[in-house]
Amino acid sequence: MSTEYEPVIGLEIHVQLKTRTKMFCGCELSFGEEPNTRTCPVCLGLPGTLPVTNAQAVQYGIMMGLALGCEIAPRSIFHRKNYFYPDLSKGYQISQYDIPLCLGGQLGDVKIHRIHLEEDAAKLVHVGSSGRIHGSEASVVDYNRGGTPLAEIVTEPDIYSADQARDWLTLLRETLRQLGVSDVNMEEGSLRCDANVSIRPKGSKALGTKTELKNMNSFRFVAQGINAEIARQTALLESGEPVTQETLHFDPVSGRISSLRSKEEAHDYRYFPEPDLVPIVPTPEMMAAAEAAIPELPAEREARYESDFGLPKDTAHLFAYEPTWGTYFERVAVEGDRDAKAAGIWVTELRTRLGADADPHKSAVVPAQLAALAALAAAKKVTAAAARTVLDKMVETGDHPAEIAEAEGLTAMEDSGELSQIVAKVISENQDVVERIRGGNAKAMGALVGPIMRETKGRADGGEVNRLLREQLGV
Amino acid sequence: MIELTAKQAADAIRSGELDAAEYFEFYRQRAAKDPYNSYVWVADETPAEIDTSKPFAGVPIAIKDLFCTEGIPSQAGSKILEDYRPPYSATSVKKLTTEAGSTLLGKTNQDEFAMGSSTENSAYGPTLNPWDTTRVPGGSSGGSAAVVAGATAPWSIGTDTGGSIRQPAALTGIVGLKPTYGAISRYGMIAFASSLDQAGTFTRDVTDTAMLLSAMVGADPCDQTSLGLPEPVRLPTADSLKGIRLGVPEELSGEGIEEGVLKAFNETLELAKQLGATVETTHLPHAPHGLAAYYLIAPAECSSNLARYDGVRFGFRKQADTLLDMYNQTREAGFGAEVKRRIMLGTYALSSGYYDAYYGRAQKVRTLIAQDFKNAFGDFDFIVTPTAPGVAFELNSKTSDPLAMYLNDFCTVPMSLAGIPAISIPNGLSEGLPVGFQIAGPAFSENRILDAALALEKAIGFDGSKAYA
Ligand SMILES: [Zn+2]
Repeated sequence: MSTEYEPVIGLEIHVQLKTRTKMFCGCELSFGEEPNTRTCPVCLGLPGTLPVTNAQAVQYGIMMGLALGCEIAPRSIFHRKNYFYPDLSKGYQISQYDIPLCLGGQLGDVKIHRIHLEEDAAKLVHVGSSGRIHGSEASVVDYNRGGTPLAEIVTEPDIYSADQARDWLTLLRETLRQLGVSDVNMEEGSLRCDANVSIRPKGSKALGTKTELKNMNSFRFVAQGINAEIARQTALLESGEPVTQETLHFDPVSGRISSLRSKEEAHDYRYFPEPDLVPIVPTPEMMAAAEAAIPELPAEREARYESDFGLPKDTAHLFAYEPTWGTYFERVAVEGDRDAKAAGIWVTELRTRLGADADPHKSAVVPAQLAALAALAAAKKVTAAAARTVLDKMVETGDHPAEIAEAEGLTAMEDSGELSQIVAKVISENQDVVERIRGGNAKAMGALVGPIMRETKGRADGGEVNRLLREQLGV
Repeated sequence: MIELTAKQAADAIRSGELDAAEYFEFYRQRAAKDPYNSYVWVADETPAEIDTSKPFAGVPIAIKDLFCTEGIPSQAGSKILEDYRPPYSATSVKKLTTEAGSTLLGKTNQDEFAMGSSTENSAYGPTLNPWDTTRVPGGSSGGSAAVVAGATAPWSIGTDTGGSIRQPAALTGIVGLKPTYGAISRYGMIAFASSLDQAGTFTRDVTDTAMLLSAMVGADPCDQTSLGLPEPVRLPTADSLKGIRLGVPEELSGEGIEEGVLKAFNETLELAKQLGATVETTHLPHAPHGLAAYYLIAPAECSSNLARYDGVRFGFRKQADTLLDMYNQTREAGFGAEVKRRIMLGTYALSSGYYDAYYGRAQKVRTLIAQDFKNAFGDFDFIVTPTAPGVAFELNSKTSDPLAMYLNDFCTVPMSLAGIPAISIPNGLSEGLPVGFQIAGPAFSENRILDAALALEKAIGFDGSKAYA
């Protein structure tokens, strides 16, 4: 009998912080400017320069820590991580090492190990046909990115499938976006993810040897890469070979995993406390300011929409991840006598019409009128189908739904006498269908509903139509 | 003009008795003809206009090469920075020039990246001691010491990491002050060992020290470790040492100190007693380990600080086929032997598996030394020692023996490790060469140190004019 394996996954996420200036100098952050135009003596590592910690980056770090339930260190320090590479202007990266800003914490179903602050490296551009270092004619360095503030979030090995990893990353990204601390854009590199993957026999408590998958640039590739690595490790163990600890690269095109660097090249970073900086000691004022700057976050919002508004999970999730729509929904729900479920349905309808990226607050449809539409539909003053038509008009004109329904003749038929006559008329005009129904084909009744709805311009209630049809046909 | 101290000249310029441009030009010409190789760069003209409303107007300032001066070579005595002209000026340089109105006269020679005690480790040749040109002026700020001793500048600034101001001041018969760590911004000082480097002054007398220091101190938003001083620097006035308790640490005033230096030291202690001070023997039990700790901490920091000299962005580059070869050849050809020695020492001390045994332990010793001083300052106002264990030594006599060279800092390194201020004043001659007397006080006690130093200076009556007359 073959052993069943279970994967254990931990994630390391680098987040570029959306501060005005760089981590340790006054240069503004760069968004595709000409190379080396957002630089100064400090971020170029010129002789004699000294770093100065960006207070906004520290605040963002504290906000992230509080939002993720971490403990904020009363005193944390920076270290130097020493290695030579042209993208590192000083020959060392200033980072936090054994005393990080945030420790512990949990987001959703995953525990956080730590969050620390550091500076980003510059960008190497390889000149030549391939754009890669091998075979290039020259390499040039753009220091615009060098010194951009980064927060590194490290999770515990607390994730047990590629899907869980992807879902959790989605929650993290939305949380950070709503915190306002980062653009969290993977394509632009403001969010980068590495995964530590190991497998172990199911039921075992011990962790297997882990490998590190580097720099996957979309959540889909993260999931694919993790699955590919789980398969690779499983195949190794099943054939009796050990997994070796190494850094790997996943190629989403070929689906192949390759080794990035071997142990012989392992760096000795010679970490030591950065003597040019003083420790970060958050004052009560700094803590209060960070706390005050934290908005309601998606996990809390989703839970609140389910418990307080009784929204179904998927709608609650939607509004939590699109907080502009969530806020709008709440206004509609309040206007509409707290018929929140109906409000949810009609806000979703509006979202389909405007698009998820639109801001409903800026649309012609004010919350009170959408609530009024929901109320008309609930009271069966307009049918569901007619209400959708009314909403189309509301988006165009911004008029009150009752007025639109009136003007367009879309109010539901309250007088069943009129409807009864139309039903009788349609029956008499469609004797062939009536024959089939009487012959036992109940489904054929649908062929009568269409013409009735046309005659009534959708004002008839579907249930009522069915009732009258059965009554008059005697079936 | 040559007899005037910087303060006397500044006063005369501001009162109109002395012409600012004339005074500057006098020193500019002396500096241009400097016979001691003290300068690596000298201003080629006297400024057309000098704003005499500023306190140091017309008073030239000589600055150690490692201070960044915008558009002017700042090479830190190294080939790797040959003709490097920074795009900005150090905060302390701006304070002296833009704010106080001084004019840059020249950049002074130094041991490469401030690593050395003789100024023989300069890529630009050794500086000679104005008292005896067969001897070194001390180091690493030997150029800044020699310009004051040789009167090719009225005053100058340097840096002290383990004694690099105090020892050359002692060896050239002038006053050198290393302030409290953090009193003066380090921004724009090309770093050797960040947690120890501190800018300071070279002057002919203690009054000039106070005046020069007053213009340099202050917290700087560009240097998080800068604090300034809690009170402004005053011009010292004391002429007695009444009630002052001097502690003489046995560990730093006996073994290894030359006889002539000890004799001068004891004579100064006698003078101090006559001025009203009490003098007692005390102990700094961990001070003898200061050198060992220093030669781990400083190289460790320098191994990281000097990583940026890689040929990529500025300074000297040796072109090669691969990145690694370019790094290796650039650094091999660009750095001198002592710098390479310390980079290797420091790299080793920080490497994984050795960190705790070397760097970690050195930091513990550092803490213990700071504690020793703290304990001593419970009983004494100042700790006094000879500044250097001997007089100026002959050129090339110690270059092949690093340990003998390192011992020059034996009495000055403990104060650097503790981050406390210390001054060296000339207190006599031995074998016809100057010796120095060191006064160290608690952090931020600069004003009190200057007062004590002034009282002693008057009583000693040292005549430094022999070196330039
Ligand atoms: Zn910058």
